[in-house]
Amino acid sequence: MDRATAWRRSKRRIMPTDITQLVDVRRGTRGTILSLPEDSELRSQCIRLGICVGASVLCIERLPGGTIILEASRQEIALGRNLAKQIGIAIG
Amino acid sequence: MNDSSSLSPDDITDVMPHAGHHHVDTSAAQFLSKNKTKLVLVGNPNVGKSVFFNHLTGLYVDVSNFPGTTVEVSHGENPKYAVYDTPGIYGVSSFNDEERVARDIILEADIILNVVDAVHLERDLFLTLQLIDMGKKIAVCLNMMDEAEDRGIRINVEELSNRLGVPVLPTTAIRKSGFDKLEAHIPQACPGRSDASLHRHLHELLNCVGSQAEGLMVLEGDKVIAERHGVEPGGDRELIYVERRNRVNRLLDKVVTATERKKTLSALLGRISISPIYGFPFLAVVLYAIYLFVGQFIAQDVVGFTEKTLGDRYFEVFVKDQVSAVTGTTIKVEKIGRTAAGGDTTIAARTYLFPHGTHADPVLADQMKAFRKVGLNSINYKYSSALAIIFFGEFGAFSMTVTYLVFLLLPLVLGFYLSLSILEDSGYLPRLATFVDRSLNGLGLNGRAIIPLILGLGCVTMATITTRLLGSDREKRIATAILQFAIPCSAQLAVIAALLATAGIKATLIYTSIIITIFIAIGTVLDKTLPGKSSPLLLDLPPMRLPRARNVLQKTWVKTFAFMKEAAPWFFVGALAVSILQVTGILNMWVNLLSPITTGWLKLPAEASTAFVMGLVRRDFGAAGLYAMHLTPMQVVVALTTITLFVPCIASLMVMLKERGTREGFTIWVGSWVMAFGVGGLVAMILL
Repeated sequence: MDRATAWRRSKRRIMPTDITQLVDVRRGTRGTILSLPEDSELRSQCIRLGICVGASVLCIERLPGGTIILEASRQEIALGRNLAKQIGIAIG
Repeated sequence: MNDSSSLSPDDITDVMPHAGHHHVDTSAAQFLSKNKTKLVLVGNPNVGKSVFFNHLTGLYVDVSNFPGTTVEVSHGENPKYAVYDTPGIYGVSSFNDEERVARDIILEADIILNVVDAVHLERDLFLTLQLIDMGKKIAVCLNMMDEAEDRGIRINVEELSNRLGVPVLPTTAIRKSGFDKLEAHIPQACPGRSDASLHRHLHELLNCVGSQAEGLMVLEGDKVIAERHGVEPGGDRELIYVERRNRVNRLLDKVVTATERKKTLSALLGRISISPIYGFPFLAVVLYAIYLFVGQFIAQDVVGFTEKTLGDRYFEVFVKDQVSAVTGTTIKVEKIGRTAAGGDTTIAARTYLFPHGTHADPVLADQMKAFRKVGLNSINYKYSSALAIIFFGEFGAFSMTVTYLVFLLLPLVLGFYLSLSILEDSGYLPRLATFVDRSLNGLGLNGRAIIPLILGLGCVTMATITTRLLGSDREKRIATAILQFAIPCSAQLAVIAALLATAGIKATLIYTSIIITIFIAIGTVLDKTLPGKSSPLLLDLPPMRLPRARNVLQKTWVKTFAFMKEAAPWFFVGALAVSILQVTGILNMWVNLLSPITTGWLKLPAEASTAFVMGLVRRDFGAAGLYAMHLTPMQVVVALTTITLFVPCIASLMVMLKERGTREGFTIWVGSWVMAFGVGGLVAMILL
């Protein structure tokens, strides 16, 4: 079992819903943020802009390659692909 | 209960000495005024802070680099306060240089004037609440009220003020509305209502760090501040941030009522500009508009007039005439006429010798005057004294450099900054960064790097300064290298375009693909080899809006002025250095040294090496020298490739050395010579 699967399983125990990487969501998807990046500074910067665990967000655009534009706390936030890969979201 | 239970008595005695002299040794304390009340302006980026700053300080403003950084801090005085402007930030912490500088100034502030964008409360109030948690005296200005009204955002100002616990003044800075109350507003500044549980924690810390503000920084895990007081940084930043974010959201629910409007034009444009389908044509239209304005109108029409007429014909002739009055000069006057085809041609030429200056020989001087009176002249001055050549000669610091700076660079920089300010104020810039983000990831950059890269097409020196806005040192390094190697500046582009036009479509395609390949190769190789990680894109996209003329003009002016002030000395130093090299003959030695490489390896005429070395002065001089050589189309490709890959000009070298440090700067510079001749030679091998 690789680390990614182990990580997903460990989350599954607490979270009833499936975790999707933010980078994979489609335009128009609503969801709840479940996990933030490992890096503490990056995580803090996300929180500052209203992307916290438990925040409900709407993906208003996904550019080819995986740049994501979210609506969170009434703001529009753009996240690069590498950042969006590190954020987990529960769709719905 | 205030005593921290986690500290043993030994620990307390250990930290006590720090509390006594806690801000003596910080650079901020030395940098800031000691006599007057320090009023510090704080706000998120683009909230109109500078309008407040100008209103509060008037004309005499001093802009200087904050010690140890390239971040600029404006400082001004009025009878009551010493006023400081801080860089736009999203929060007080130490995630980048701007934040660190803002943090240090805020820590020393007596009063904070927090400017908040009424349209953007959900973003801006995070900072406001953090400032309040720091326990500083705060007065809030709720700016851009008119726009909030236009958008149907209604804010209960009184309620906001009550909940924050600090005075709130609604303003529209651009129209100075609300400014009449500003003077009475600032003294009302007071500490606000900070988070209750946080406050308790802070009190426990207060014994070891001088103030509540520094205590908060320590609790939020700021290593620098913690070290300053010899305590461990806290590990609860995230908890505090999440709680603060929730407080913002709760506050907004109580204070703001937004009447949701139907799809506005601004929202529509916002969507189009980041749409995978329409985003590209949108970008193309914007770039084309910039090209028409800067590339056509400014670079050709305006500069054609300012440089050729005002600069060359009036300014330089005037200056050189003054010098030739008192020093030995040979003056060659050529009468310029028009050929049938519309080009310039020399009709008549006369040479006047003044071994002791024109004053010493009034008869000959009058003859020359009479000859120069009619028609267009091209006048060439040859001074006998080395000093006159260095300061007023062909590359003289007071002749060519002034023409270059004032009559060529200034209009271009104004044009570029005007375009940039319009893009910034309209809200398109962050969307552009978002749109191109993925394409720049492979080069180890994120979307924000598009700004210096576009500016590079105007002036690489200006763009190199702009790399400061990038998130990490690694990105600054990559962007600087790409700029210095592979981006031709506008002065050069004009010459390149002209040469390629004569060389034909095949040569153009080959040249363009070589430069694009190198551009990608440099970024990719640096991204793979440099240690560390580049920062990912994380941006808030403000609503698209119609930029305000006054705001845009002011921004353009401030940026242009700052650039000229910072870069101009380097252009003078560069010109001086090149003139000295010329007078001492080193320039010629260099040319001779290069000419075997030029003929043998690049397979170009020997004179081309003059063009390469002249590129030191101005890269376009280099390219212009190639005109006269009647090169074959493939030789043009080789020569242009070589010349593009050089570091543009001596001013950009100087600025790079300053921004990136001597070691890295010289590495890039030497690398550019190796690369230019290396790649040029390879291309020659294949094509010639």
